[in-house]
Amino acid sequence: MTVNGDEAVAYAVKQSLVDVVAAYPITPQTIIVEKFSEFVADGEVKTEFVPVESEHSAMSACVGAAAAGARAFTATSSQGLALMVEILYIASALRLPIVMAVVNRALSAPINIHNDHSDAYLMRDSGWIQLFAENVQEAYDTTIQAFKIAEDERVLLPVAVNLDGFFLSHTLENIYMLPDEVVHEFLGGYRKVSKVKVDYFDEEVPLALNPARPLSFGNLDLYDYYFEHKVQQVEAMKSVPEVVREVNEEWFKLTGRRYGDGILDPFEVEDADVVLVGMGSGVGTMRSVVRRLRKEGLKVGLVKLRMFRPFPFKEVVEVLKNAKVVAVMEKGVSPGSYGPLFLEVNTALYDLKSRPALVNYVYGLGGRDLVPDLVEGMIRGLFKELEKGVFEPKLRYLGVRE
Amino acid sequence: MSQQAGWRSLPKAGVTFRLSTDYKTGDWRALKPVIDYNKCTKCMLCWLFCPDMAIVWDGENVVVNYDYCKGCGICANECPVKAISMVPEF
Ligand code: SF4
Ligand code: SF4
Repeated sequence: MTVNGDEAVAYAVKQSLVDVVAAYPITPQTIIVEKFSEFVADGEVKTEFVPVESEHSAMSACVGAAAAGARAFTATSSQGLALMVEILYIASALRLPIVMAVVNRALSAPINIHNDHSDAYLMRDSGWIQLFAENVQEAYDTTIQAFKIAEDERVLLPVAVNLDGFFLSHTLENIYMLPDEVVHEFLGGYRKVSKVKVDYFDEEVPLALNPARPLSFGNLDLYDYYFEHKVQQVEAMKSVPEVVREVNEEWFKLTGRRYGDGILDPFEVEDADVVLVGMGSGVGTMRSVVRRLRKEGLKVGLVKLRMFRPFPFKEVVEVLKNAKVVAVMEKGVSPGSYGPLFLEVNTALYDLKSRPALVNYVYGLGGRDLVPDLVEGMIRGLFKELEKGVFEPKLRYLGVRE
Repeated sequence: MSQQAGWRSLPKAGVTFRLSTDYKTGDWRALKPVIDYNKCTKCMLCWLFCPDMAIVWDGENVVVNYDYCKGCGICANECPVKAISMVPEF
């Protein structure tokens, strides 16, 4: 089927037996909500659609729905995500397996509707699992997988599925879709609520709001319990890589498609001296350049990161430890520091006895194209620097005018 | 709150795991209301106005349940015969 990235997500949600969708339209996410509201209006889904007045309310409605045991979905971008931030922390702390598509877009000011990863980095510490799609097919696949990951008993955390604004959201691609029944079976039907033991009930009760078995979530928790609850969230993140891997394999058996081990996907890294690390649609461009330069015999490789939170430290070390120089390709900045992705990779590699040199390339801010020639020039430059052994400065821009 | 659960045994999702009455909130108090029963007319205004339901009727008198009284002083302020005085807790 020929769809753009937003439509692919809308179809994935339609097939995922979602009980509640609450959303507010914002470019470039709009098509998801538009398309989904068509499904609702045409009676193609039984989903309760809540057209809210702001993103703060969209996430709040999802929190309420998920706390009542519903499977809930929303989608947003940029400023919309910024407006949601307060509730993002509540969703993850209340262990609500909400799935949200984040159609990545630059943050204001100046106002810009095009792609970069500033919004994704904004929610970095909110306790959400963050996955990134490289193309429209992966956006579809990941959206369905996200429900399974989020609702896994070992996880119970919300998942953000990131897809690059316009590059994926508005670009048509031919993709494979599964029949509805296959998706239903993959997800095990509607959401099943896990159970909880609290000492005022004799038996385990469903972890959901229910007047017959009243529970209340997220009440006052001062210095006596807040810390313990935060540690629970941190510990829950530890089981995520295993679940993501399992879901990736299960998907492979079902469709013949998988994305590396689900966490990261290395390309030509075994003997590579220069290795690029990136996330999202830019990885496609980088891969084509790496492929071309490999034909010339240049030892260059690429690691596509699919999971940014939890950050896969062990896996990153394993795949990068033999490189001589690692270029962290980043669609975001942190004024006053290096890019967020760079800091993670840097931290991962610190414990190695002999570390690769690291450089941080900021590219594509506000939707600027990552043209293959630019990547090629960058890689050739890195090989020249490798001869000299000096890599300065560490923070570089790709495609900015002097 | 003597025996406190660790993160492994706490129910997840911030679910309130004890009845709210187990959470003795009276220890926030700096001043405590003391009722002079020689003056008290049992008009029940203090019972009506206490925002914490910390004033209870024991069958004969209004009494303060210090486990939950925050020491806000509303009862003392509302008492028409000034039967309640706020005295330092420590
Ligand atoms: S001081 Fe405040 S909380 Fe305490 S009994 Fe009086 S009104 Fe209630
Ligand atoms: S308001 Fe004063 S007089 Fe009335 S019941 Fe309370 S203490 Fe007694």
